[in-house]
Amino acid sequence: MYAQMVKSEATKDDPEKLSAFQARIDAGDKIEPKDWMPEGYRKTLIRQIGQHAHSEIVGQLPEGNWISRAPSLERKAILLAKVQDEAGHGLYLYCAAETLGVTRDELTEMLLDGRMKYSSIFNYPTLTWADMGAVGWLVDGAAIMNQVPLQRTSYGPYSRAMIRICKEESFHQRQGFDIMMKMCAGTPAQKAMAQDALNRFWYPALMMFGPSDKESVHSEQSMAWKIKMNTNDELRQKFVDQTVPQAEYLGLTVPDESIVWNDDKGGYDFAEPDWSEFYDVISGNGPCNVDRIATRQRAWDEGAWVREGLSARAAKRRADRTAAQ
Amino acid sequence: MTANALLEFLLRQGDTTLVLGHRLSEWCGQAPALEEDIALANTALDLIGQTQMWLGYAAEVEGAGRTADDLAYRREAWDFRNLLMAEQPNGDYGRTLMRQFLFDGFNVLHLDALQSSTDERIAGIAAKSVKEARYHLQRSTETVIALGDGTAESNRRMQAALDHLWPYTGEMFVADAVEAAMAETGIAPDPSTLRAEWGRTVRAGMAEATLTVPDSDFAHQGGKNGKRHSEHLGHMLAVTQSLPRAYPDASW
Amino acid sequence: MTGKAPEWPLWEVFIRGQHGMAHRHVGSLHAADEKTAMLNARDVYTRRSEGVSIWVVEARHIVASAPSDKGPLYEPANSKTYRHPTFFDIPDDVGAM
Repeated sequence: MYAQMVKSEATKDDPEKLSAFQARIDAGDKIEPKDWMPEGYRKTLIRQIGQHAHSEIVGQLPEGNWISRAPSLERKAILLAKVQDEAGHGLYLYCAAETLGVTRDELTEMLLDGRMKYSSIFNYPTLTWADMGAVGWLVDGAAIMNQVPLQRTSYGPYSRAMIRICKEESFHQRQGFDIMMKMCAGTPAQKAMAQDALNRFWYPALMMFGPSDKESVHSEQSMAWKIKMNTNDELRQKFVDQTVPQAEYLGLTVPDESIVWNDDKGGYDFAEPDWSEFYDVISGNGPCNVDRIATRQRAWDEGAWVREGLSARAAKRRADRTAAQ
Repeated sequence: MTANALLEFLLRQGDTTLVLGHRLSEWCGQAPALEEDIALANTALDLIGQTQMWLGYAAEVEGAGRTADDLAYRREAWDFRNLLMAEQPNGDYGRTLMRQFLFDGFNVLHLDALQSSTDERIAGIAAKSVKEARYHLQRSTETVIALGDGTAESNRRMQAALDHLWPYTGEMFVADAVEAAMAETGIAPDPSTLRAEWGRTVRAGMAEATLTVPDSDFAHQGGKNGKRHSEHLGHMLAVTQSLPRAYPDASW
Repeated sequence: MTGKAPEWPLWEVFIRGQHGMAHRHVGSLHAADEKTAMLNARDVYTRRSEGVSIWVVEARHIVASAPSDKGPLYEPANSKTYRHPTFFDIPDDVGAM
């Protein structure tokens, strides 16, 4: 999902080492930072973990957009805590990526200049309070679907970060669904707002899982290395099967008239999202791409003096301590 | 008179934490570093929690069937009783942390004294909140000193922040009829008695931060007594109160 | 775009919870110095429960065994299984042991 367009890097390593490595993975061993690993494994992980981290950070913005307008003290605190969690998740993931020989600053540079991406979903705007419900319910719901299996990913630090994240994540989806429930049981205007949010977020949520793996040669290598645990289509199907009954419970209509239960496959048949929209969004033409990166760039630029100031002070104290010795 | 004074007093506490907590929450997703983002959000969350306690009690004392949310979301700016310092826009990160340092220093002393309030409810709120306030002070002190004694630029910005905020600090210590009534009944200390110790803490911190404390006693007033807020409060409330005002009958 | 300003060093965080017997590694973070590292650790890693004791160590100061050491470093323990209580078959009516 954070590897929506990650091409598993080709690898030029020694075939014997490669097969020994593969044997470790197949046996369920965890690969740790100081272990030998194919260059392709390292590079793919840096890209995937890094983009996952970027997604958390950029993901603070669509919901952060409504903190100031949260309609009660309770909702404000809950939303603020959730967005704070996203920062924490980004932090855990950047730290995991750093074990692979890249720094957080380098990764940030690559996000800001476009060399690295973040999940497509965060390029959509949040326009009403109901979007807070839809984002928690659908976007976090989709993310959880992807993250739970990733707890078993082969790279130790990534796996442990995912375990920590998963523990914190279930509150995120629940608070979103809670918002939706409250609104669907509320005034006609609130119910209409909730339906509108579902209408706008349904297909973008399906896009989060990425295009069908039939389109991509590279996901096979990632699957073999247990960097990717399920195919995009598998996860998307699971998500639809889980979410359609939830929408029915809320009394909302999924904006896909073709959805119908298929007994043979034991799941819903549903319409694919418009993949041309997906490619537009990840190539920079989504509704919010420019604003999201501009916000992150500004935070980075305006925070430089703070980071430098704190570093300078720390250096002075170290120097004083050395002098005193 | 006392019931009215008590209500006024509680609004002063709750509105200040409400407004200040909101200002801090505006940094979420935009702080200079992830660790700072998380820390500031923690402080904001603590302040929102304190707001619920203060305004919850205020609503009960008012006895008109309102809730903390009603007070936070459906009063006009002229009914607010927060410190002027809290409603100021954040400015840069340095100004935000300097404001926090100046406020935290007062808040710790004030809450500490309130733990022995003759009003049990207030004593309870204070006991919970003072632990949080001590941590906030530890955090803001650390940051303000480090930025003051950091680079030439960070020093310059912190001095500018201190110069800008200094005229707003006096309001914390002004004692009017409300505070006199609270002091008389042992509900709350006369805030002017806290000034000396606050001053010592601030001067010690600013010395370590290599910053110069301004030499003026002038204090802007009008926030705490509601007589004259700044233009900033109206804009802030226009945003924070927008949903309940647009949908007055909805619950969220 | 980066002015190559010094990045804050990486710290590893260990926390012992209220009912814990030992410090556990919970993750890492960045901070300019040890005071801030401690404050950051409290803010990042104890949001859902108060730790009783927090240790922070700069990552570069940690000395770790290399994976290839696994054999010799751990072998003695592997072959002394009598150290594990499940090795012995104590009858149930002896009571709790």
